[in-house]
Amino acid sequence: MPQVTLTVNGKQHTVEVEGRTLLVELLREKLSLTGTHVGCDTSQCGACVVHVDGVSVKACTQLALQADGTDVITIEGLAEADGTLHPMQEMFREHHALQCGFCTPGMVMTAIDLVQSHPGGLSEKEIREGLEGNLCRCTGYHNIVKAIAAAHPLMHAKAAE
Amino acid sequence: MGFEGIGASVRRKEDVRFLSGKGNYTDDINRPGQLYAVIRRSDRPHATINGVDIAAASAAPGVVRVFVGADLAAEAIGGLPCGWQIHSKDGSPMAEPPHPVLAVGKVRHVGDPVAVVIAESKQAAKNAAELIDIDYTDLPAVANLTSAVAAGAVEVHDGVAGNLCYDWVIGDKAVVDGVFAGAAHVVKLDLVNNRLIPNAMEPRVAIGDFDTSSGDFTLYTTSQNPHVIRLLMGAFVLHIPENKLRVVAPDVGGGFGSKIYHYAEEAIVTWAAGKVRRPVKWTCERGESFMSDAHGRDHVSTAEMAVDADGTFLGLRITTLANMGAYLSTFAPAVPTYLYATLLAGVYKTPVIYCNVKAVFTNTVPVDAYRGAGRPEATFLLERLVDVIAHDTGIDKLELRRKNFIPADAFPYQTPVALQYDSGDYQTTLNVALTNAGWDGFEARRAAAKARGKLRGIGISTYVEACGIAPSAVVGSLGARAGLYECAEIRVHPTGSVTVFTGTHSHGQGHETTLAQLVVSQLGVPFDQIEVVHGDTSKIPFGMGTYGSRSLAVGGSAMVKAMDKVIAKGKKIAAHLMEAAVEDIEFKDNTFTVAGTDKSKTLTDISLAAYVPHNYPIEELEPGLDETAFYDPKNFTFPGGCHIAEIEIDPDTGVVEMVNFTAVDDVGRVVNPMIVEGQVQGGVAQGIGQALLESAIYDPSGQLLSGSFMDYTMPRANDIPSMSVATENTMCTHNPLGSKGCGEVGAIGSPPAVINAVVDALKDYGVRHLDMPATGAKLWSIIQAATPRMAAE
Repeated sequence: MPQVTLTVNGKQHTVEVEGRTLLVELLREKLSLTGTHVGCDTSQCGACVVHVDGVSVKACTQLALQADGTDVITIEGLAEADGTLHPMQEMFREHHALQCGFCTPGMVMTAIDLVQSHPGGLSEKEIREGLEGNLCRCTGYHNIVKAIAAAHPLMHAKAAE
Repeated sequence: MGFEGIGASVRRKEDVRFLSGKGNYTDDINRPGQLYAVIRRSDRPHATINGVDIAAASAAPGVVRVFVGADLAAEAIGGLPCGWQIHSKDGSPMAEPPHPVLAVGKVRHVGDPVAVVIAESKQAAKNAAELIDIDYTDLPAVANLTSAVAAGAVEVHDGVAGNLCYDWVIGDKAVVDGVFAGAAHVVKLDLVNNRLIPNAMEPRVAIGDFDTSSGDFTLYTTSQNPHVIRLLMGAFVLHIPENKLRVVAPDVGGGFGSKIYHYAEEAIVTWAAGKVRRPVKWTCERGESFMSDAHGRDHVSTAEMAVDADGTFLGLRITTLANMGAYLSTFAPAVPTYLYATLLAGVYKTPVIYCNVKAVFTNTVPVDAYRGAGRPEATFLLERLVDVIAHDTGIDKLELRRKNFIPADAFPYQTPVALQYDSGDYQTTLNVALTNAGWDGFEARRAAAKARGKLRGIGISTYVEACGIAPSAVVGSLGARAGLYECAEIRVHPTGSVTVFTGTHSHGQGHETTLAQLVVSQLGVPFDQIEVVHGDTSKIPFGMGTYGSRSLAVGGSAMVKAMDKVIAKGKKIAAHLMEAAVEDIEFKDNTFTVAGTDKSKTLTDISLAAYVPHNYPIEELEPGLDETAFYDPKNFTFPGGCHIAEIEIDPDTGVVEMVNFTAVDDVGRVVNPMIVEGQVQGGVAQGIGQALLESAIYDPSGQLLSGSFMDYTMPRANDIPSMSVATENTMCTHNPLGSKGCGEVGAIGSPPAVINAVVDALKDYGVRHLDMPATGAKLWSIIQAATPRMAAE
């Protein structure tokens, strides 16, 4: 079986995978990083979004082998070592932007990329359009939009430190 | 740390876990030595199975066993049971055809499970499932209500004539017909309540585990009610006694009703685990969930209201066809009867009501309760009908509603359709909603939209629903095969911290937070010293689970009762320790006090004494401070309120933009306002989804066309507006909390508000009614068809 070597949440792994193994299967089944979820089989729901080399990617839509040599961050890799939450995680909690929690990891990873790629600010419309690839069945999105808007200044202030 | 009891928007205990990727969903669980199950499902809507050849699959690499329906039948494994029996108007029980775990003899819908492959890996199981050769003879199928009840229609189940499950009535037809004969107006409306697919974001998962030394079974499953699954599967399907069967429903990623029911896959993995003596895991793929999770709604109705010259409602007459799908799902028969027809009084004084419901089998996925369950169908029918009455009679739609409202001083109010509402104030929720929505300024906004080339409309819905299901004796008399009480255990530990064991189940509702808030308020224990445990039959004494917005009204009430017992026992201990009479002990803010003195003991002093009973009334009182209570509700609860939708249609595309949505709901006592707002927002989004986007579509042959997220339109962030959500509460009068429930109000109140707004926007196009969903294509066609006529006028 072919091997893939990649860095996940700062730790390097070399893993044997079948050619057809998806990145999300590698993360969940080989590395036991079960925070990344699978909610569909058509690349629609976004529950599996992770960052690959700093960009949000649906981990169900990339083969594990394609991630060879990349730096992957999953939901488990966001908080600081002492448990301090990432500002996006904190704002999701503060604004009740999650209910069942299943879409949440993908939603948070997408939201972070969205904020990082819009340093000049994000309108409500831009946030809603930016979430086009992430489905949530619980919240009605209202509080997710609020949380992302609230995280924007916090994240950019932190980045400027 | 501020106030964290009832009424505080405490941030949720469960959030750090979910936000850090530390949730423990069923698919995150893997058992040592686990095998994987993949189910081969029917791709035929209706066919005879002539044979199933499993030879190639059984010989495929990694395959351990392949099972077909005959294997289960050979061991007398029961079919999936139905939990509610309805009787037809002639007194006969409903048709209740067998629902085999794996199909035997025939398949009856696309997705019907035929065989299961158990293999060392998911991929091996998947590969082998494709090697199973099923020899079918296709049969004609009935894919919708109209074709299923047509003369000469094929029978989904042999011997179920006319595909009729039951023919049920409520009300006196002769009396209602008499009222219609003398009415100034009779307003009639034909309408469809579109079929929906629940689509909780977490697909279903089931893991069967068999302990070869003890013979104990464990089922890990995505369930809203693990004790109910243990009862149904253990007693009726697999014949495993409760002491040998544990059911665990860990973190569950949304349910909306679809995870109430006992599904075939739960029985398959549990049974198969015993056969192969290893754990067996099944993870549903989304495409599979579309054709195996119970669907929702799917009614075709005719509604007629007899109206006096001044707009007073005199009588309501309704006939409804309700789709059951191919088999009866766990609670399916109750949905279009006792959760629908009993709500047809709505918020109005309509004195007489008659409703006939025919439940019908079709070659489609079973239909059961989906968020709101029956009540959205009743509300859509009523609130569309009221707007159509306004349209046809020329009476203002607000005036019509106000004139017919049950007044605030009329409670308790006995409706003509069995329910007795305990409290409500519909004028107030209406008035506040009108203010919050800026109703009076709407015509100016409509004119401004028109200047921009847009068609703007506003729509209203005033509704009531029934929650907190339900008094056991009442539902038992109506055909329920279960009690619908709830159970709670309050364990005060020696050092005064508390663990709550609740029979309700949280799959997004935030019970770990809100139920802890009840303990903060009643026992005065700090929030961070309270844990809530749910979802495991080996830990919780008993439970009926979470659905019908019952967790707080019923499960919370059980907690109140259990905490009353804790306090009562604590008073006896305190009386002993402080050498006072029990009657003189008062309990408040975590402290037992001898009335009129400064002598006091904290709850921790008492719990320590209870577990270290050195100085203790041991002759009269057992050690320990751990109390269990069952609460059987005295009545349903009746949340209600007013929803207002404001929309704009682009006439060039027909696409609807949700501009504003205002909800003012009466949910009784609010424990956590933040969570209530979130529940309403989520429910409204599902209601907007039903109204504008979602529809399960079968082609006439019975193939499911909307079988993936590519084809079934789920609401996305830019389909849903920011919402104004508020509550104006009257208290439930018959439970100790005063709470009514908030989980379903959003999905119940909103669809007619949205469609009323769409119809309002199209009022110049001759539109009297529209069925859901109001898609761009549908509205564009209406606008196109009407435009030449309008140009000519």
